[in-house]
Amino acid sequence: MDGEPLVRWYWIGDHLAYLRDLTLDHAVIALVPVLIALLIAVPLGLACVRFPRLYHPLSAVFNVVYALPSLAVFVVLIPYTGLATRATVMVPLTFYALAVLLPTTVDGLRSVPDSVRQAATAMGYGPWHRLSAVELPAAVPYLVAGLRVAAVSSISLAAVGALIGRGGLGYLFIDGFQRTFPTPIVSGIVLVAALALVTDLLLVLARRLLAPWAVRAGAAR
Amino acid sequence: MNWINWLNTFFTAPARQSGPDSIAHRVGEHLVLSGQGLLYAAVLAIPLGLLIGYTGRGAVAVTALTGVARALPTLGLVTLAVLIAGVGDTAILLPLVALAAPPLLVATVEGIRGTDPELRDAALGTGLTHRQVLFQVCLPLALPALLAGLRTAAVQVIATATVAAYVGLGGLGRYVIDGLATRDFAATLGGALLVVLLAVATQLLFAVLIRYALPRGVRAQRAAAVETGRSS
Repeated sequence: MDGEPLVRWYWIGDHLAYLRDLTLDHAVIALVPVLIALLIAVPLGLACVRFPRLYHPLSAVFNVVYALPSLAVFVVLIPYTGLATRATVMVPLTFYALAVLLPTTVDGLRSVPDSVRQAATAMGYGPWHRLSAVELPAAVPYLVAGLRVAAVSSISLAAVGALIGRGGLGYLFIDGFQRTFPTPIVSGIVLVAALALVTDLLLVLARRLLAPWAVRAGAAR
Repeated sequence: MNWINWLNTFFTAPARQSGPDSIAHRVGEHLVLSGQGLLYAAVLAIPLGLLIGYTGRGAVAVTALTGVARALPTLGLVTLAVLIAGVGDTAILLPLVALAAPPLLVATVEGIRGTDPELRDAALGTGLTHRQVLFQVCLPLALPALLAGLRTAAVQVIATATVAAYVGLGGLGRYVIDGLATRDFAATLGGALLVVLLAVATQLLFAVLIRYALPRGVRAQRAAAVETGRSS
């Protein structure tokens, strides 16, 4: 890399549309799994709160799944979902996100004190009304805290997918490395970090709107 | 071909039994690389975490730093480090440590900060120095959180070491990357399976450590695991 600067600005200028497309692809690959995981985590978390015996084995399984290196999991899925397909990257990312979201959902649902629950029942709330008006809102700060970890992780994990041919911005790392040209790599790192940062900020904003009472959401973790 | 055939082809090949591409050699490389990364991360993060956790200074900066570190893509750091410093141990240890140190730092800080302030006051009141309070009261109490942080860091390091094979380093990622490059799917799958086994074995090791290596009084309390996310 003799004499090659870290960033050649003209390359970025020439490839703006390309970088935008990769960023959008990256956002879909990384964030759709988090949304799917959220849709699974809420009912599954409710089931775990209702049947505590379910929770222990489930969380043990997810603990192990979460520890599996992403590249290995992508590769193991190739025979089923194909090389260089979105599914091969998105299926494991869904499981990683679920491993983060399930415990936070359960913690959130359990955060309602018994006295509050009983007060709601005494006021004539049925189980569904209590769930939608008391328990789920109480879980929102926890859910958002979990979503922040899951989303940011997912965004940086998705780049590894480039090694099996589908990693959004991760492709810039392969491209730059093969050509000994650092500009795409630096652009990729910055764009991945920026995507993570923007997503994180949006989630914080969502929490302010959905749960304005949870000013210190750090306390939820 | 199915799974059994693939794995059979991989594990019975003569090259897997001895020499530089043997399973024993690759596992050894992976362990040395991951172990080095974890060691440097621990040497950097644990003392700093003890200091920040006990004094409470800079805790906000730690949270911000971890957020940024979590967002960094492993593959990008690895490729950039190698382009700048050339293939070698230094080039790879930098991203390894950069990705493993933050979760460990947060776990240490949170572990120390999580100790009951009344306990600290009581210990100071009985005439212990700050140093003694930190090492004899706070550190044992923070041990479950610290071990949980080490486990997260270990998982991160093993995963990153796998990705590092892409830039020409040894370890189990070699099988995966070379297999993908030469369309030798048996090697790719075999390598992935070995990585999975290594990750699970590491988890088990830490489960045993957390179960048995803690002081009796500390073992009763549950480790408040600080979830910090993953990047590879």
